[in-house]
Amino acid sequence: MSSLDALTAGERGPQPPTEAFVPTALDPNTRADKFAATSAERFADAVLEREDPLARRSPWRTRFEDLVRKPGLVLALVWSAVILLAAFVPSLLAPGDPLDGVPADKLQAPSSAHWFGTDQLGRDLYTRVVHGTHLTLAAALTAVLVGLVVGALVGLVAGFVGGVVDDVAMRVVDVLLSIPALLLSLALITVLGFGTINVAIAVGLANVASVSRIMRSEVLRVRTSVFVEASHASGSRWWTTLGRHVLPNAIGPVVVLAALELGAAVLAVSSLSFLGYGEPPPAPEWGALVAGGRDYLRTSWWLTTLPGLTIVATVLAAGRISRALDGDPGRNR
Amino acid sequence: MTTAPERLLTVDDLAVSYRTRHGDVHAVRDVSLHVDEGETVAVVGESGSGKSTTAAAVVRLLAPAARIERGTIDLLGRDVAQASPRELQAVRGLLVGLVPQDPTVSLNPVKRIGDQVAEVLRIHGLADRRAAGIEAVEALRRAGLPEPELRARQYPHELSGGMRQRVLIAIALVARPRLLVADEPTSALDVTVQRQILDHLDTLTAETGTGVLLITHDLGVAADRADRIVVMSQGRVVEAGTPDEVLGSPREAYTRQLLAAAPSLRGARPVSVPVALDAPPALEVRGLVKDFPLPRSGGGGTLRAVDDVSFRVPRGGTLALVGESGSGKSTTARLALRLAEPTAGQVLVGGRDVSHTRGSELRALRRQMQVVYQNPYSSLDPRWSVGQIVGEPLRAFGVGDRRTRATRTAELLDLVALPVSVAQRRPAELSGGQRQRVAIARALSVRPDLVVLDEPVSALDVSVQAQILDLLAELQRELGVTYLFISHDLAVVRQVAHDVVVLRQGRVVERGKVEDVFADPQHAYTAELLAAIPGARRPLEPATAGLVAGGER
Repeated sequence: MSSLDALTAGERGPQPPTEAFVPTALDPNTRADKFAATSAERFADAVLEREDPLARRSPWRTRFEDLVRKPGLVLALVWSAVILLAAFVPSLLAPGDPLDGVPADKLQAPSSAHWFGTDQLGRDLYTRVVHGTHLTLAAALTAVLVGLVVGALVGLVAGFVGGVVDDVAMRVVDVLLSIPALLLSLALITVLGFGTINVAIAVGLANVASVSRIMRSEVLRVRTSVFVEASHASGSRWWTTLGRHVLPNAIGPVVVLAALELGAAVLAVSSLSFLGYGEPPPAPEWGALVAGGRDYLRTSWWLTTLPGLTIVATVLAAGRISRALDGDPGRNR
Repeated sequence: MTTAPERLLTVDDLAVSYRTRHGDVHAVRDVSLHVDEGETVAVVGESGSGKSTTAAAVVRLLAPAARIERGTIDLLGRDVAQASPRELQAVRGLLVGLVPQDPTVSLNPVKRIGDQVAEVLRIHGLADRRAAGIEAVEALRRAGLPEPELRARQYPHELSGGMRQRVLIAIALVARPRLLVADEPTSALDVTVQRQILDHLDTLTAETGTGVLLITHDLGVAADRADRIVVMSQGRVVEAGTPDEVLGSPREAYTRQLLAAAPSLRGARPVSVPVALDAPPALEVRGLVKDFPLPRSGGGGTLRAVDDVSFRVPRGGTLALVGESGSGKSTTARLALRLAEPTAGQVLVGGRDVSHTRGSELRALRRQMQVVYQNPYSSLDPRWSVGQIVGEPLRAFGVGDRRTRATRTAELLDLVALPVSVAQRRPAELSGGQRQRVAIARALSVRPDLVVLDEPVSALDVSVQAQILDLLAELQRELGVTYLFISHDLAVVRQVAHDVVVLRQGRVVERGKVEDVFADPQHAYTAELLAAIPGARRPLEPATAGLVAGGER
């Protein structure tokens, strides 16, 4: 027995110094104390930080720390910044005129004077790529927006209403998914007519199927959450619940998908303009630039390669950023 | 004492810290304890007290962010604290078994039960494929699983929670380890199942002389099962000794609080709210029936979840619906709230039949009936601020303008004893108890006549439970609100309810005043439920009894 006593004494150790945590915890008389008591729980949350990761940390500092550890993401962000700059203020990056050719300088290889070389009419290819950015990017953004809005709406309604509406919508989506996206876009363009905006709409509509699928599955997940039922039980109208609880909680993965789709849309828009469905020449759309260089492939590699690499880099950057978006909310949720 | 029992585990001066973005958090400090052969040592404390971290340290399954700063963990002469991954592999399973907390997530869903048990033997090279399979079935039988040959071929999803917990015990014990670490092994289970499992664990370990380190937040369980109790708080051991010492004459203020909070040891609370019996009941249900269609693949047909249930909740009083999971109590609550359509029967609110109300009338009805859900982690929209959450019903019913709603929200937060500053915060920044207070504030915002409380405290720690129950009682006194209280925990029911209805498989098996039902249960099932309350084996010591009475004025 004596050994036990000694041990118990040893086990007790020093007293907890944080008096505020423990006492008065159960005194039901004063309300302030009740709150003080729950600080013990907050301690618990602090200990199990993974339970409560968002609670207290400066988001910007940690974002920065994260970035330093991800050089690929930094590169992607820098590239996106350059692309955005090229789209909004192209003359800052390339002061020249993209349509102004100097016939004497035609088909020159890349040099310090002409970074990307010149084309068959002596136009500076770098200037053309920079000035073509806004055409391609605007088309890609419009495409994503169309796909996002229409797809999210279809998915939201299908998932929330369910029943016959869901069945019909999802069977239509099945049919859309069974047609290759580019083929679908081509078919839509033949109906809508040529031009950047029509290309964008066609690419966007081809995306509706996949966006609505994701949206629907997220809505199905959120719809069964207790807080949605709680909102319903506390008397909210169904469209209020849909707009204020279901949509904000379901939209996350769709936004990530949208960032990914932006890359795919750049590719699709470029493909269609390569095939000649976009703006008519001499508009320097990226796809059209690649197409224009095809005839000089053996002699002037830069005419196809450099605009092509620009497209590749943009698609990759969008993919990397979308992956980062995907990772963060997952960890923070 | 003829031969001293062998010392299995000695934890000495252990300190574990978690690295967080705001520096180290010391989860465990200066913890020393030991477990002898054939002994059960219970570590008791609230969440955050470091008890689970201590258990994880013993098997070195700490989270990646955790670090053992100091101290030794001596397991039969090996220092686990310093052991290499290779040494640890040899120790885990063979010398020390672990029963994890949540049986629903602790088994591999794509592997058969038998293979998961046999895995331990195969890893340690104790048996070949054939022998391991046979041994696994035997281990399942020892763990008390009926038809072990059949179960061994099944997958986890085909088993109930209690069965899965038995499987986990079989996995932990199959290699006959000397020490068993059980981290809240029954917290996720019904009381009656909890008792069976703990009884079984007792016999198993008594036969083999296995030492048990039992982690629990329930002092009642510790009182029933342990040879010694170690009370932890804030990462430190605050008290240790035999159950008689710790519970009979607790020396530390913290232990006394924990004791006073434990519902199972707390005894009945004199319910001071007078109930007008002649007034029309706030809620009445008559002959409620709810059938759920079964999947066609299972042969079709229907499952009768609620079968001819009738009761009335007196205005200003509390009626408790009690039963195990699957007894239909939550479905009954949903029917009463009109969140589900009854197959037959009537729901009367304030004497008015609302069984078939729909549309705007139903929405108006929601103003009279609000609900508090079991899990405050899932019942609050993580994207909303607390202020928005509390004000949601006000907004839904267009009560007042923005400003008056904000004032009312502040009032409500004050009513549930939260500082007004939490209105700007999000649920993720609050603890479980605080979240449940937010949920209560939301339910009370439109001054409903009736609040349905669906297991409002079962997701919370005991001491937080006590606070929430006190708050609910206080609100009932102040506001005269009526409660329909759903619970599986009779110990909690005893503290809050005036009347009790016991449900089993959708049918009412017993009803009456709380005092009557607890003193003299008429139905065998009720008696069984009562007997399963942990802590019931211990008569209250005079000291404790006095303290309980003192704490309940």
